[in-house]
Amino acid sequence: MSPSLYFDHAATTPLLPQAREALLDGFARWANPSSPHRAGRAARTALEDARARIKAALGWPGELVLTSGASEALALAVGRAKAPLMAVSAVEHEAVLRLAGDAARLAVDARGQVGPAACVLPGLVAVQQVNNETGVIQPLAEIAAAVRSAGGVVLADAAQGAGKLPLPDADLIAISAHKFGGPIGAGALLVRDWALLHPTGGQERGYRPGTENLPGALAMAAALEAGNAWLEDAQALRARLETALVASGAQVIAADAPRLCAIGAYRMPGKSATAQLIRFDGMGMAVSAGSACSSGSLRTSHVLDAMGVAQPGEVIRVSLGRETTADAVDQFVAAWRAVAGLA
Amino acid sequence: MIYLDYQATTPLAPEARAAMLPWLAGPEDIRAGYANPHSPHRPGRAAAAVVEVARAQVAALFPAGGRVIFTSGATEALNLAIAGSGARRLAVSAIEHAAVLDTARFCDPALAVLPVGADGLVDAGVAIPQGTSLVAVMQVNNEIGTVQPVEELAARAHAVGALFLCDAVQGAGKLAAPEGADLVAISAHKLHGPKGIGALWVRDGLDLKPLVHGGGQEGGLRSGTLSPALCAGFGAAAALCTSLRTSDEEHVEALWKRALGLFEGWVLNGSATHRWHGNLNLRKPGLDVARLLSECRTVAFSAGSACASGSGRPSHVLRALGLSDRDTKTAIRIGFGRYTRAEELEEAAAVLNAAAQAQGV
Repeated sequence: MSPSLYFDHAATTPLLPQAREALLDGFARWANPSSPHRAGRAARTALEDARARIKAALGWPGELVLTSGASEALALAVGRAKAPLMAVSAVEHEAVLRLAGDAARLAVDARGQVGPAACVLPGLVAVQQVNNETGVIQPLAEIAAAVRSAGGVVLADAAQGAGKLPLPDADLIAISAHKFGGPIGAGALLVRDWALLHPTGGQERGYRPGTENLPGALAMAAALEAGNAWLEDAQALRARLETALVASGAQVIAADAPRLCAIGAYRMPGKSATAQLIRFDGMGMAVSAGSACSSGSLRTSHVLDAMGVAQPGEVIRVSLGRETTADAVDQFVAAWRAVAGLA
Repeated sequence: MIYLDYQATTPLAPEARAAMLPWLAGPEDIRAGYANPHSPHRPGRAAAAVVEVARAQVAALFPAGGRVIFTSGATEALNLAIAGSGARRLAVSAIEHAAVLDTARFCDPALAVLPVGADGLVDAGVAIPQGTSLVAVMQVNNEIGTVQPVEELAARAHAVGALFLCDAVQGAGKLAAPEGADLVAISAHKLHGPKGIGALWVRDGLDLKPLVHGGGQEGGLRSGTLSPALCAGFGAAAALCTSLRTSDEEHVEALWKRALGLFEGWVLNGSATHRWHGNLNLRKPGLDVARLLSECRTVAFSAGSACASGSGRPSHVLRALGLSDRDTKTAIRIGFGRYTRAEELEEAAAVLNAAAQAQGV
């Protein structure tokens, strides 16, 4: 596979060179940050420096708990929040849905967006920033205003948006390093105020026990500091991609919704997503049907179902990254036309 | 800096580091050595394959007849074991790590505490209350290195119908796997692997409830994208422990014998014989440990566990041995292993002994 033919950045992204350097530096600083000796204290200093850099790069003035990733950050938020979970959007990632129990599901419209009017709730309300299957951006400023008007607390899964868009307006925010060029195995929960959570004891100010992953924290900081200027190019590439796909019979899912330009969902009428995936894979192109986690499960997408998309089993996800080129997009379009029987 | 704190964490093995590098790839890598192992496309399948190779390498550290669930570390593995088992009535040894004690207390505020003797050992014949649903006893204590009779204790737990959980963080890769346990937790960075990954071994047929929900990875027990790099590093470290086990053990035994001569005049905390000999927990009446730590800056050693350091609380482990609060505060922990050289021990002993002597103790 040519390195540029990877169109699955929503599943994971290549590690940025800066992040790799930071990781290797971290491997060399292997002391336990909780140890009292000099090596331990040096590791502690490096860890706190990484935390400060992550917060600065994100523009987050509150607290930050380092975790093993977004799934753990979300479990920590829901499990330890003082406010009971009252509602989650119907299009949340499984990491939230499986925690949701009998909390209400907030319906989305055909564009995949939650209506703020339904969010006037006095408990914890979980709405993602960017959908991992469609790229649809939720109106979190309006949603947060509605939740807070009733005294509630907003939890935003920002796994797909962090490092790309400004942080959403929320009280608890989950992020994952490997979605923005950092390593797998590092993430964080951003906490507006410690008073929102019950502590558990242990490391991370008593909110996350376990020896800290210093290499992961250093690499997450480096990845965030690499910035998001590439999204301007991605915007143009996405327009190029969608114009060509539509001309080749594709239906763009949530075409008129505000969407992150790095993630798009497209339907190829008459071809199952599974069949498409096998063909694209054979041509050396990595795309996906829905999330990586659920791929292979053959379940229909709960996201597309919630939006009322017709024939959701014919939809694939194409997600662009920092290294995606115009040539790669053109190759993908040519492949699409071949799979669709147009070439 | 002489590193003698092997119980807090261990140096990353060069082999483990090398195993991670191919899976820390960037956009230039034609094989996409960064893919999500849960993706069905070709690079995803290659990443999944490396995860499974690593799983087999790690599985060799456990008993036969179970499955390995990768977690972010031993703390998460222990939480998953205790909370996920659904056990309501718990019995745990008095010298468990905080990751077990705190979680167990959270699940059962009225839990039974299994005492240890002055030698730091749980009596294999200890009474386990009827109705107990989970018993947790560690394989090797993290502060004093005592090796617990886990096989006998597992049998006793089973006799009252309880599950047996073994925190094998300090023993994994060094001692034989704790036979008879139903759940075993380990951590990569304690056996020369990377931080940020550990594993829970679950006996076949045992069902747990997940703690971290989401994409349904690890058979639904532990969601979250697995890092092929961390898995590969863990796997390589585990394989190295397996292949070097005899030489590692001989090396540690030689260091132990040397250390006993170097630290004459100190009192050993915990059994000398039922002990991992890479742990030397010593005390000297009247010693000011905080002062010793600040004066011996060229030696990395500790006072008790890294997690509890700075808390100022007396060690719950040493108190369980029957030491007074005052005596618990005169103890230091020296930990050594594969990469420690005898000359380093000698130099460290000279520094520590001189500093203790300067205190007049």
